[in-house]
Amino acid sequence: MNDIAALIAATLSAGTPLLLAATGIVVSEKSGVVNLGTEGMMLVAAVAGFGAARISGVPEVGFLAGAAAGVVLALLFATLTLGLLTNQYATGLALALFGAGLSAFLGQPLQGESLPARAGDGIPGLREIPFLGPAFFAQHWLVYFALVAVAVVAWFLFRSRPGLVLRAVGEAPEAAHALGIPVRRVRLAALLFGGAFAGLAGSFLSVIYTPLWSEGMVAGRGWIALALVTFATWRPGRVLLGAYLFGGVTMLQFFLQGQGVELPTQLLAMTPYLATIVVLALISRNPRWIRLNMPASLGKPFNPNA
Amino acid sequence: MKVPYALVPRSERAGVMLWASPLIAVGLTLAAGALLLAWMGHAPGRVFEVIFWEPLATRRGWSELGLKATPLILCGVGLAMCFRANIWNIGAEGQLVVGAIAGGAVALLATRETTRAVVPLIIVAAAAGGAAWAAIIAWLRDRFNANEILVSLMLVYVAQLLLDWLVHGALKDPEGYGFPQSKLFESVARMPIVLPGTRLNIGLPLALAIAAVLWIALERMVIGFQLRVAGLAPLAARYAGFSERRLLWFALLVSGALAGVAGGIEAAGPVGQLTPAISPGYGFAAIIVAFVGRLHPLGVVPASLLMALFYIGGELAQSRLGLPGALTGIYQGMLLFFLLACDTLITHRVVRRVRTVTA
Repeated sequence: MNDIAALIAATLSAGTPLLLAATGIVVSEKSGVVNLGTEGMMLVAAVAGFGAARISGVPEVGFLAGAAAGVVLALLFATLTLGLLTNQYATGLALALFGAGLSAFLGQPLQGESLPARAGDGIPGLREIPFLGPAFFAQHWLVYFALVAVAVVAWFLFRSRPGLVLRAVGEAPEAAHALGIPVRRVRLAALLFGGAFAGLAGSFLSVIYTPLWSEGMVAGRGWIALALVTFATWRPGRVLLGAYLFGGVTMLQFFLQGQGVELPTQLLAMTPYLATIVVLALISRNPRWIRLNMPASLGKPFNPNA
Repeated sequence: MKVPYALVPRSERAGVMLWASPLIAVGLTLAAGALLLAWMGHAPGRVFEVIFWEPLATRRGWSELGLKATPLILCGVGLAMCFRANIWNIGAEGQLVVGAIAGGAVALLATRETTRAVVPLIIVAAAAGGAAWAAIIAWLRDRFNANEILVSLMLVYVAQLLLDWLVHGALKDPEGYGFPQSKLFESVARMPIVLPGTRLNIGLPLALAIAAVLWIALERMVIGFQLRVAGLAPLAARYAGFSERRLLWFALLVSGALAGVAGGIEAAGPVGQLTPAISPGYGFAAIIVAFVGRLHPLGVVPASLLMALFYIGGELAQSRLGLPGALTGIYQGMLLFFLLACDTLITHRVVRRVRTVTA
């Protein structure tokens, strides 16, 4: 029983960076912009957050620094894609490559350093419940924040007027423009939100989850988050489910090792990547399923002066 | 937005900008790089001398440049072809790693009695390995409609873990004092040197020949025409009856094979064994190379040389001036950003807003 509780707790923790990053991606993609640079933003945020948390000794300062780093990189992406109408896919790749380089550069003096491990405070009262307490209620507050954030984003996108505007911009930017909606400003806001959440995800990884800095430590989580949003057909509820599912897949390798399963660590470490490929293939099998749910203008630049 | 300038689409693509854009982007990268260096407290002039001049001052420097450019050309021409056809294979790094594994496995079979005939075998095995890895992407996209960007990238991580597993296990040198690496390849299984006294091997002439062949194929053969049409006007390609599936498989298998060859030549060339870090990100740098080279097989060659200079110059700056090695990655990323920004001027022109039309 304790094993299971620990596995559930570890799954929630491992799913949180995916959930945070994917929540940001949903919002920016719903506005019609695809930013493939999530991995790069997470890497830079991881090193920025780690450095800030290390200097200040306060994890929250690290999260703020991480979110700020994500916003700055998202602004760079927005300048190019919205301002200069560059190809979104190529620009996102550039951001991913640039972020990998920049984080390695900034992180050089921090390579291999670590922060004191911080057990989550959890939720007082609920934390003491046998089994359920250690499984669900003894996490870092950012884990619960991510849950609340998904709910808020779901409400915002599908129940609020600004959310409707954002979706309109993503579905039909020309029509939105004709109605007087500032398409590029809406997209800018959505991209910056995505950057902030990628930043939170990256700094959660380096400040709480591992907690250390090593080059390339995001290890593809930014790309998995992008894939998750496709699996989830841009719906926050499904994103939530998918993120924890993948958190579980990540944790399963450690669980299996703990149970004495004799498989090389490298093969076990492949599971999240292979699982991403398999799920992606299964979900994409029906092209209409994806096409019906995808924001119609996703990836297409919009020029109000054209 | 209150910017007093607006971008207006050009009626025709500006041909001059197509080739001027990379040059401007390189200039801007150097300017931004100089600012970065000055901010770090280094004299940009001195650093640039070490990065961009010293490697070119000696014969050895030129040979190292060719050596580093080889995998970039091989990966770059393949990616250029894929990107032209709107097939976003960004996992050349993974195909390179699997090519290195396949080529390396053949090289490890060689003994003292083996003849030079093993060299083409290594290259063929490496090509097959890379093509097989890319075939997974083609199959999943063809059969399951899976997004090739994400699949190709996930397969990079899988390939690297596969290599790591093999050099920790099946291919590990039993006499290697427990280091995770294979034994050194027999000298007969190493790529023949073309410039005596240097490390420059047959990989460079091979890569240049492949770039030339691919140029002819893309410019003069039906398949090349079909690939270009599919990229520029997918609907026209479908209407003309070009098989999307055939183009997908062709582009991915060829680019995968070329990336695989790059890996095989790297393993059986300068490295001489299988190690967990067979490539310093050549497959990713080749994405930038493909764009800087204008998605043109012949443009990829100078772009690869430039990128190779970034690698070698970066190493020199690290060893001679104590600069962080990660600077190379920043320069590469900046170059692509500046290039994409400049490319806007190919299809758009900047006009001054005469009157504001904001509602």
